[in-house]
This record gives sequence, structure tokens and C-alpha cells, in this order.
Amino acid sequence: MLAPRVLILAGGLSHERDVSLRSGRRVADALRDAGCEVTVSDVDAQVLETVLSGRVDLVWPLLHGASGEDGAVRDVLELVDIPYLGSVPAACRLSWDKSVAKGVVQAAGLRTPDFVALPHGIFRELGAPRVLTAMVERLGLPLVVKPARGGSGLGASAVRTAEGLPQAMVDCFAYGDVALVEKHIAGVEVAVTVIDTGDSPFALPPVEIVPDSGLYDYDARYTAGATEFFSPARLTDAALESVKAVALAAHHAFGLRHLSRTDLIVDADGEPWFLEVNVAPGMTETSLVPMAIEAAGLRPAAVYRQLIEKVLSDRTSVAQA
Amino acid sequence: MQTGDGGVTPGRTPRTGESGSRLDHWLDSYAARTRGMTASEIRALFAVASRPEVVSLAGGMPYLHALPLDVVGRSLAKLVAEHGAVALQYGSGQGDPGLRERILDVMAPNRVVAHPDDIVVTTGSQQALDLVTRIFVDPGDVVVAEAPSYVGALGVFRSYQADVVHVPMDADGLQPEALTETLTELKRAGRRVKLLYTVPNHHNPAGVSLSAARRPEIVRIAQRFNVLILEDDPYGLLGFDGDPLPALHSLNPDGVIYLGSFSKTFAPGFRVGWAVAPHAIREKLVLASEASILCPSSFSQLAVSSYLADHDWKHQVGVFRDLYRDRRNATLSALDDMLPSAQWNVPNGGFYVWLKLPGGLDAKAMLPRAVTQRVAYVPGTAFYADDQGRDHLRLSYCYPTQDRIREGIRRLAAVIDAELEIQSTFGAHPGQSPNRRVYAPSPDLT
Repeated sequence: MLAPRVLILAGGLSHERDVSLRSGRRVADALRDAGCEVTVSDVDAQVLETVLSGRVDLVWPLLHGASGEDGAVRDVLELVDIPYLGSVPAACRLSWDKSVAKGVVQAAGLRTPDFVALPHGIFRELGAPRVLTAMVERLGLPLVVKPARGGSGLGASAVRTAEGLPQAMVDCFAYGDVALVEKHIAGVEVAVTVIDTGDSPFALPPVEIVPDSGLYDYDARYTAGATEFFSPARLTDAALESVKAVALAAHHAFGLRHLSRTDLIVDADGEPWFLEVNVAPGMTETSLVPMAIEAAGLRPAAVYRQLIEKVLSDRTSVAQA
Repeated sequence: MQTGDGGVTPGRTPRTGESGSRLDHWLDSYAARTRGMTASEIRALFAVASRPEVVSLAGGMPYLHALPLDVVGRSLAKLVAEHGAVALQYGSGQGDPGLRERILDVMAPNRVVAHPDDIVVTTGSQQALDLVTRIFVDPGDVVVAEAPSYVGALGVFRSYQADVVHVPMDADGLQPEALTETLTELKRAGRRVKLLYTVPNHHNPAGVSLSAARRPEIVRIAQRFNVLILEDDPYGLLGFDGDPLPALHSLNPDGVIYLGSFSKTFAPGFRVGWAVAPHAIREKLVLASEASILCPSSFSQLAVSSYLADHDWKHQVGVFRDLYRDRRNATLSALDDMLPSAQWNVPNGGFYVWLKLPGGLDAKAMLPRAVTQRVAYVPGTAFYADDQGRDHLRLSYCYPTQDRIREGIRRLAAVIDAELEIQSTFGAHPGQSPNRRVYAPSPDLT
């Protein structure tokens, strides 16, 4: 078999550009080790020329944040009819906005913390103090405030007192126009990677996240040593199976493909709570997906190659059908 | 994201004493001075600033398109063809003697009088900052610096575990009364003050210069308290009005280490700077530099030397001055038109405008919104070792064209309006969010 020619899209204009560039470099190195021919490109006015050059067999969008995870770039890849690794645009649109995603998983019967998602304009129109008071009365304290769209912990904060809420809202709105305010669930934070290299998706060992600062924010995510990870998570076998089942259920509920990562909390009763799902999870040196792959006794390079081959064989099957 | 408490739950398997992976096998081995070297979301945001869609008013990169690059190219080719065996070889730890001779000419307008032997060539003046701090500062020693101060120097002082104590400036630079008061307080507290770090000309980031009248006063105060002055002067030749002012070094050569650089007047890619220091200090600087890098790059030194010899470098500095003056004017005019609610200084040289935001806005908290609107700046907190500077930001006018500067300030004005509206909606008091360490962009990002 000829070496697959893979174009990795990394960079972009979102706040997570730096993370995306690092993910791109990391995956490119792994794929080259696995015998692929790899090009890495930013998303700019030249990229479609590269995509359509005839020298690319498939595209792997590793763009975090808007356009990468909201399905827009994938829509364009569909338009020009080039195979790509990852979920289809409609699924991305559902999972990209955390408030929409929580509605989807609730409809699928999964548990997710109570929340409200509001644009900043509504606070101006109705008066922020009244709306914030209503939030605290309804959801209680502590709360977690984060942009409804975006990742890497950017703009997210934990709020323990009502007095801290206005500043958390201001910090959140610096990153986006809609804030998701969520009831805080105390428990064990875990991430579950789901991959599909063959006939059906399966969950990798859940990774438990214990940030030194207590908050898994940007610094805790991307500073080696600032967070302690346990893989598999220090949960009972039943709880491990339960979080894997939730991640698989979410993967199915959104209609995701190839690779996803679901973030959850396991509460004091051992029950899993869905927080969010990522269609383009981080793949950096400190990211959770490569960690989960290794915890399963697999090699990231080999798994990425299998994913590439699945995309290409699915494409061949469709063409033959 | 939520916050896991890591506690025991019914679903948890208790595995006492088990430790997880921290993705860094050497975590317990790092020196104490690495504390605080963490990933930074602000630094990550600057990655977006490298895209052409973003007007970056963040980086202090000289506008090298104004250089006669063809002339430089020919000079470099000739250097390798005719003197390659020397240019590509190790050299003297103190630096090339020929270049040290030429540096005397470069410093003449600032009235720094020295002998070539008094000069140590370094890898940019940043290495000189590192060497001086290394030979003088023990952990816990005090370095007195202007408020605000150059972010690169603060990084060096932090890495040697110095305590930086800031002294305020006004439109005439460092305030002598405040300096006296600070040094008196420190002496009373039994603190060891090792250095007074100052950028007297076209300050980064404040844009002001220490007035001629204050210079002897500052030197006298330092003498009185027996504090060595570290004078950092990368912008001394880039004044827009009048002749350069005399360097502090010219007023007391035994009490001042003078740092110079070709990064702003020629090209930072060569990484050539220098230190002028009294004999005993210079000897230690050379030994420290040899221990660190053996010798500065022979190629870079000879390239700079050839440029100074073969090209009218004084005329070129004039070209840079005119260019930056026009860009300064474009910046001030755009600020007048579009940001009347902010306050800023009028720099008479250098690269920077130091801007105070209206309504006590927090420049660091506002940066993500600015990046979304495709404009970048450096938040003021980057220029302090403590918690000051939240309501300030630095604008660099050196690199973008005048049209881009105007467009950048138009975007910035819209960002500030939106931030004021959010602030007013929530009635949040600026400065409540945690002030994690803020870094300036890395040198290769604008």
C-alpha cells in the first residue's frame, strides 16, 4: 500500500491557535513514524489549493475552537469532496455549543449538571443583578462559569460566592458572547476517549484529572507537572464501566465519527455527569487522548494510522457502493 | 471543565499512596528558580497575533524592510567568501577587538567614553542583563527598577530570584524623591540593594526619557546609597527631537554599567549587544560569559562590523528615526481621533506608547476580546514584578504601517467600548480576577 498522504490543518484564528499548532505538530510526527506522508498547513487563503492539488488523500482537521469544531471547515471539505478524519459538520454543530450539547445528552437520558446559557445582551436588557440573583437561587453555589463555545479552559472559572459571579461573567464574556453557568458537581473529574478504528466505536480507559490548583484551567492543562493524571481513573470497576458507557452514548447521540473525548464528573454517589464532548480534542504532549491511548496499551502512532486507514477504506466502500 | 475535589466517593477505588502521572519525570528535580515557569493563556493568545489578519501593536520588532537588505546581503557574502575561516571560527570571549573599536563610535552621541578593553560583546543586551544579574544578585537581593519596567529584564531578575522593587516615573522619567525614599526604606529594612535598573532613553514600555536635569541627580542618589546603576540603552539613538542626552555612564563611569545593542538600530537577528563596565566588573563579566557561551558569535560580530565599516549606518539610523517618528505621529493622531477617553504619553523616541485605559478596565482581561477583534497589545501587568499595571497597556508602533496602525486603533477603540459596556452591565470592579503571571509575546511574534 502506498503511504497515505495526509494534510493536517492546524492553527487557525481562534484563541486556541497555539494548542492547535502543538496538536498538529505532535500528530504529524506520530503519523510520519507510522509511515504516512504528512503536510501541516494553517487555514488560510492557500489551503484549498493544497487540498485540491491532487497530492492529498485525506485531511485531518486539528483546529480547536471556532471553524475547526463548529463544522465550518468540514462543511467546506464536504463541498470539495475530500475525505477527512473526524465528525461530520452537523454533529459538530450540535456538540460545539455546550448548551446545545447538554440538551442533546439530556434528551438521550444522560445526566448533566443544571445550567443556564445566556448572551451578555440579556444582562444589559434585564439588569445583571436580578439575573445573577435568579441564577444563584436556581442553581445554588458553587457554580462553574465558562464560554458556551470554546475549550482549553479559556475564560472558565469556579465561583464559590455570589459576590464572585459578576467578575466571572466579565472574564467569560471576554472569550465569547454566550456564557454557560453550570451547577458545580463535586467529585472525580474524568475524560473518556472514544475511537473507532474498525466496525464500531469503543471507549479507552478513562483518565482521572487532579490539577494541583484545584482548577483544570489553561495553565493546568498545558504545564507539564501542574496536574496529576491517573489512567485508568481511580474508580470502581462499575464506575469505570459507567463513565465509558456515558461517553459511548454521547458519541452515538451526537452522531460522532472516528474520535471524540467526553469530559465527565463522577459524583459522591458514583454517578457520572456529562460536562462536554470534544470533536477535535487536544493532541499535545499534555493532552488526554494520547494518554488514554497509551493507557490502553496502544501506540498513538499506530492508532492514528488505523484511523487514517478507516477513513480511506470507508471512502472506498462508499465509492464502490 | 468542572473542579474535581479528588475525594473518596462510593464509585472510587481506594488506592492509598498511589501516584499518577505528571507527564514530567523530573518534576522533583527542578531548581527553585523555575517556579512560575508555567504555560500562560495570555502568551498563547499572542500566537494568534502572528496571523496577518491581526494588527499587532504588541511586539517591539524593528521594521527591517527599511534596511538596505541587498547591501547587507552582499556584505555577508563577501564576509564568508573572504574571511570565512575567521567568521565561522570561535572567537574571543570578550568579543572581536575590531567591533569593540567601532562600538566606541556608536556610543559617542550618548557621550559614553571608554576604551575598547572596557567593552564586553554579548549575545544581545539580554545576555548582558543575564550576566550582570548573575555576578551580582543572590536570591532575595533587591533590584530597584522603574515602574513600569522592561519585561525582559524582569524575567532575568525573576530567574535569579531577585526581589524587584519599583520606583515611580513621571513625564521626566524616574522620580529622584521617590528613589531616595525607596532606597532609604530598603536600607532601614536591612535589605541588600544590588542594582538600580533603568532605561533612561525612550523607555520600554513607558515611552518617556529621563530629563537632562535629573540625570546627575539620579547618579548622585545611587552613589550616596552605594548602588550600582545598570543603564540599558537600546533606544538612545532613536530620539525624534534634538540630540541624544548624555548617558548616566558619562556622569559616573565607575558607578554605572552601560548596556548597548544593535537590535534596534541595525537588526536583532544578529543578536549583538554589549556592556561597558569598570575593569573589575568587566573581568567577571567575561569569565561569566565564557562559562555560559564560550564566546559571542564571530559571524554576527564581523557582520555587524562590516556593516558599520561599509555602510553609512548613521544615515540608516536617521532613516529609522524618520520612519518611527511618522508611525508615532500616526498612532497619536489615531488615538486623538478614536480613543479620547484614554490617556497616553507622547514619546519623543523609541517604539512605544503607554496607554491608560478608561474606566479602570483590566487590559489583561480584555486581551481575548481584542484578539477576537483582530488587534493585539501587551497588557500593562507584564511590566511589573508586582500587581500593578492592570489598567495600562503598551502599544508598539514600530512594525505596522501607518494605515495598519490606524486600523488597529479603530479596532482597539471598539474593543474598549464593548468592555466598558460589559463592565457597566455587571458592575464588576477591575482587578478582582486572579492576576496570574503575564508575559509579553515571544520575540518572534508580532
